[in-house]
Amino acid sequence: MSQSTTLFDKIWDGHTVKSIENGPSVLYIDRHYIHEVTSPVAFLGLEKRGLSVANPHKTTATPDHNIPTQDQHLTIQDALSRNQVDKLMKNCKNYNIPMYGLNHKWQGIVHVIGPELGLTQPGMTIVCGDSHTSTHGAFGCVAFGIGTSEVEMVLGTQCIMQPKPKKMRIKINGVLSNGVTAKDIALYIISQISTSGGTGHFIEYAGSAIEGLTMEGRMTLCNMSIESGARGGLIAPDQTTFEYLKNREFAPKDQKWEDAMEKWALLKTDENAFFHKEYSFHAQDIEPMITFGTNPGMGTGVTGHIPLAASLTESERVTYEKSLEYMGFSDGDKLQGKSIDYVFVGSCTNGRIEDLREFAHFIKGKKKAKNITAWIVPGSKQVEVQAQEEGLLAILQAAGFELRQPGCSACLAMNDDKIPAGKYAVSTSNRNFEGRQGPGARTLLASPLVAAACAISGKITDPRKYFN
Amino acid sequence: MPIEKFIKIQSSAVPVQIENVDTDQIIPARFLKAVERKGFGDNLFRDWRYDKSNNPISDFPLNDIKYSGQILIGGKNFGSGSSREHAAWALYDYGFKVVVSSFFADIFKGNALNNGLLPVQVTSDELSEIFEAIDTDTQATFSVDLVQQTFTIDASDKIIDFEINPYKKECLLQGYDDIDYLLSLKKEIAVFESKE
Ligand code: SF4
Repeated sequence: MSQSTTLFDKIWDGHTVKSIENGPSVLYIDRHYIHEVTSPVAFLGLEKRGLSVANPHKTTATPDHNIPTQDQHLTIQDALSRNQVDKLMKNCKNYNIPMYGLNHKWQGIVHVIGPELGLTQPGMTIVCGDSHTSTHGAFGCVAFGIGTSEVEMVLGTQCIMQPKPKKMRIKINGVLSNGVTAKDIALYIISQISTSGGTGHFIEYAGSAIEGLTMEGRMTLCNMSIESGARGGLIAPDQTTFEYLKNREFAPKDQKWEDAMEKWALLKTDENAFFHKEYSFHAQDIEPMITFGTNPGMGTGVTGHIPLAASLTESERVTYEKSLEYMGFSDGDKLQGKSIDYVFVGSCTNGRIEDLREFAHFIKGKKKAKNITAWIVPGSKQVEVQAQEEGLLAILQAAGFELRQPGCSACLAMNDDKIPAGKYAVSTSNRNFEGRQGPGARTLLASPLVAAACAISGKITDPRKYFN
Repeated sequence: MPIEKFIKIQSSAVPVQIENVDTDQIIPARFLKAVERKGFGDNLFRDWRYDKSNNPISDFPLNDIKYSGQILIGGKNFGSGSSREHAAWALYDYGFKVVVSSFFADIFKGNALNNGLLPVQVTSDELSEIFEAIDTDTQATFSVDLVQQTFTIDASDKIIDFEINPYKKECLLQGYDDIDYLLSLKKEIAVFESKE
């Protein structure tokens, strides 16, 4: 009998072209996503070496990181951004790479459109020059972010060289309380294991609370794996996965679909398979979460207080105090009731239709607080259209919100969507680093539901207060 | 592009004693709009180095004339966050050849190695000793020998052994990059593809 292995091993080993002794594995890549920011230097490298793209159709391109979220039909105003988007278009044309540009009905954030189009499928190896490539792990893929040198390797050879990560399993059993979402699970895990707790590892999420998540929730959770330091995170595919994928644009059809389902059903971790590290949490212990510091591990339940610095070691305390000073908070502060200025709903973490639905259903019949500027940014054109068709746009407008056009937007503030210095933003994105949302911006990460409650009240608020 | 060969250096160091230095701090996103790999060093640690009016913040170590050298000493969990290779380019372009920390984020480590920037991981006690050595003498020198895999605090002759993947070590010593190697595997890759 063969040894029991994890889902991660099965996919990794099945894609290893060659293992170098005492060195990395040569890993074959099934799907490669590219965008305008981390690809130009890779194409330049190819050119210098006189190489062509090995498999143009295994790569898919879309501009997302630095595009405007208003007036996308006009020429991009910022010359540098325009240049990057133009370069992406030219490179894709030269090398025959499928590209969904601005104004294409499939354009959007790379990690939103891949799954939406059915390009992301169980059992694949997937990479992109963006750390949140971990999102695709929700489908039972080995998916992770790479640097530009590696983008060049994939373009040129369809392979990269990577040391095989260790394996970690995080189990969450039980039933989530009302008002607790996948984003809260993610922020909870990182607050427990820290932003370096996953370093060197690939996470498999399991347990009944995970199985109960929708595909969109699973994507939110896997997306944030990188914030614990892990290379990526994955979830074994099941009926939920198959139902999501069926009939999507690039999903297999007819007999091929049947064959694929048969293959995908085998993608599971064997009983007794070895993990280097295991954690287990209870769904009931998780509250709606919010962060108060400058890394995603600095989070707590929304009803909580900022932990005291006294319990930390000296070197930790220096960093902790620096972080609170940046945020304008003191340790021991109660979070609820603190006034905020901006609300951002969007990004590859929470910019999918379910997120907009959750936000819209919450604010329905209520009004945006006067002190709040809100940016609601769909993750893709398809999400934008669906939001209109489902009547979400009308709900948003009635409550005083507007819907922008798809892109990464204030998640990394490369375009004009920057939170002004010193202002507080409750954001559904994934990073609260200093200056992430604009120089001096103060980010509080939370779920779309918490963001909705904050947008209505103008301050940090527990969404459960509004439940009957 | 082949990378510069790394063998040995002896240099003073710049201490950035902050934990969880993420790549958004190393190079903020608004400086990622270039389409060529040039000039990123100017914006290394931009928002820690310059204030809102673009004046240098004098007590940030990179601006402090007390400190100089090709070695950067960072706090625990260096390079977390975004996968942007620009972070490694910015450090290298600024003139750093070695980054020392008690813990590196995975993607950053890979990106550094792919660009001839050597990440040296030490224990947290050793890291404190290194910071102390700089505290005592801001121009204290350190010797980094890749062949021997040693990092030496010259003042005390304390030798710290560090780990590096043997394959990556060879690449750095020879100035090879991974793509050269992958190109040499064309046949194996084709065989793999035909089996799919
Ligand atoms: S939304 Fe944010 S995290 Fe996601 S791909 Fe864009 S910049 Fe990266």
